Amino acid sequence: MGELIPQIAHRAISSEVAIKVTDLDVTYRTTIEKKPTLKQAVVRLGRGKRSVRTVEALKDVSFDVHRGTVLGIIGHNGAGKSTLMRTVAGIVPPSRGRVEVVGRTSTLLSLGVGFNRQLTGRENIILGGLAAGLSRDELEDRYQHIADFADIGDFIEMPMRSYSSGMAARLAFSVAVHLDPDILLIDEALSTGDAVFKQKATERMQDLVNNSSTMLLISHALRTIINMSTDCIWLDHGKLMMRGNPEEVVDAYTEYMHVKKTSAVLNDM
Amino acid sequence: MSGNVDTQERHVQVYVPHRAGLPRLTTYFATLWRRRHFAVELSRASMRAAHTNTFFGQFWLVISPALNAAVYFLLVNIIRGGNSGPDFFVHLLAGLFAFNFISATMSAGAESVVRGGSLVLNTAFPLLLLPWSALRTAFFRFLPSLVILLAFFTYFDFAGPHPTACDSAGVCVELNTVHFSPVQLLAIPAFAIIFVFAAGLAALMATVQVYFRDTTQFLPYATRIWLYLSPVLYFADQLKPWMVKLELFNPLYPMLGIWGDTLVRGIVPPATVWLGAAAWALGALLLGTIYFISREREFAVRI
Repeated sequence: MGELIPQIAHRAISSEVAIKVTDLDVTYRTTIEKKPTLKQAVVRLGRGKRSVRTVEALKDVSFDVHRGTVLGIIGHNGAGKSTLMRTVAGIVPPSRGRVEVVGRTSTLLSLGVGFNRQLTGRENIILGGLAAGLSRDELEDRYQHIADFADIGDFIEMPMRSYSSGMAARLAFSVAVHLDPDILLIDEALSTGDAVFKQKATERMQDLVNNSSTMLLISHALRTIINMSTDCIWLDHGKLMMRGNPEEVVDAYTEYMHVKKTSAVLNDM
Repeated sequence: MSGNVDTQERHVQVYVPHRAGLPRLTTYFATLWRRRHFAVELSRASMRAAHTNTFFGQFWLVISPALNAAVYFLLVNIIRGGNSGPDFFVHLLAGLFAFNFISATMSAGAESVVRGGSLVLNTAFPLLLLPWSALRTAFFRFLPSLVILLAFFTYFDFAGPHPTACDSAGVCVELNTVHFSPVQLLAIPAFAIIFVFAAGLAALMATVQVYFRDTTQFLPYATRIWLYLSPVLYFADQLKPWMVKLELFNPLYPMLGIWGDTLVRGIVPPATVWLGAAAWALGALLLGTIYFISREREFAVRI
């Protein structure tokens, strides 16, 4: 994979603020069981155990992002990167603090692509767009572009359960970038898909950057962060550790994590 | 997409902590309204996926409640040798179809959020659209059963037997009371009340299912008991007086009461019964909706 690192040429960054995060805390409660049931709850009650765990995903995080920035977000697993993105997207509300977002956001998160596997690709595109707030007319206009870009042929009319993971990823990426986002949130979404598609995806992201869209990018491939971002933040256990030039932040991060900056680490970590 | 992005007016979204666990309800419902097409489209797509739009799919929607009614008719009428008139049969059909609508909404509503999967995880939209979509699907699956009801109603009114019973004084009453009448139009507001009630239950069950994933497994037992406790397989006036008192706690008692009275018996129910039914329905809607919205922020981290 190492030889195919997407790269984006950057244009001047606007002075307008696209995202303003102030004193942000996100705390949520979640269950220890993957699928909690009443049966287990009754059993636990007898044993006097608790099943809920409080997660302090983000602690006192503040930063601004100017329009046209590609902000890389790095950190260990569970550092709060995905939670930060979902808060910016308005999916998870803050527990404290404030998040201001200017314009429409579009998400491409790693938590699963395609929404209902029983439904066809076309239906998933329409439903995803309607849920994201597009009108039927806007979707009619855009549908063909989305389908062409995803380039999965007749599969578009088949239930998504018949898709390969690469095909599903292409469709998800295509939907996300065609929703006319002012802010695009991408969470590890470029790790799937073949070389040709990666190239196409990078070009499309370049278009968005040229149109001064803002991008937030999570990747464990640190080379991708260095090549694609103009700015970078490093999260550690929910706290903002460092903000600045991608190369410098990646250096500090790798040093902190006591890993050598080998090519394997840069590309795949 | 084009170069005119710079000139577009941009909408500023502000996300702050929810007050008392609830988002700003005006904003919430405004967004919900703007994105209502999502619920409609989801319902349509899932009906397509279930082949509801094919001929045999539609046929099944008519046949299945009819078979269901036949089973209960056998159970009550032949085995127990109880009620036998056409009015009871039509009462049974009408009650069963309305009840099935409610129980179908509950089970589909329960699954709605959990099955929302990655859409719930990845997209910011009012999730209440998911149980509401399930409600729409249940409603469109309920409509064909009215065809069965209409067929039997027509038969009993025009072609069926019209036996009379006379007492010793020579006063005769007609045993077949199935007749078309303008009062039946009141069945529309009666069903509207049932619909509102079902909307509340769908939201409630959707929330409960997130916390207890085996809810849908228990649900069939609960709904069956509820069916037996409600005046569907019997007439309300066959209940003993102490049972009628207990029915105060059964929301379906006044609801199926106004539904059956207006649609089957062609009588206008007393205002108190209407009010009772409406109060239950609004209560369920408020409770279910508020509970859902207050828990909604947790769904994205619990699914």
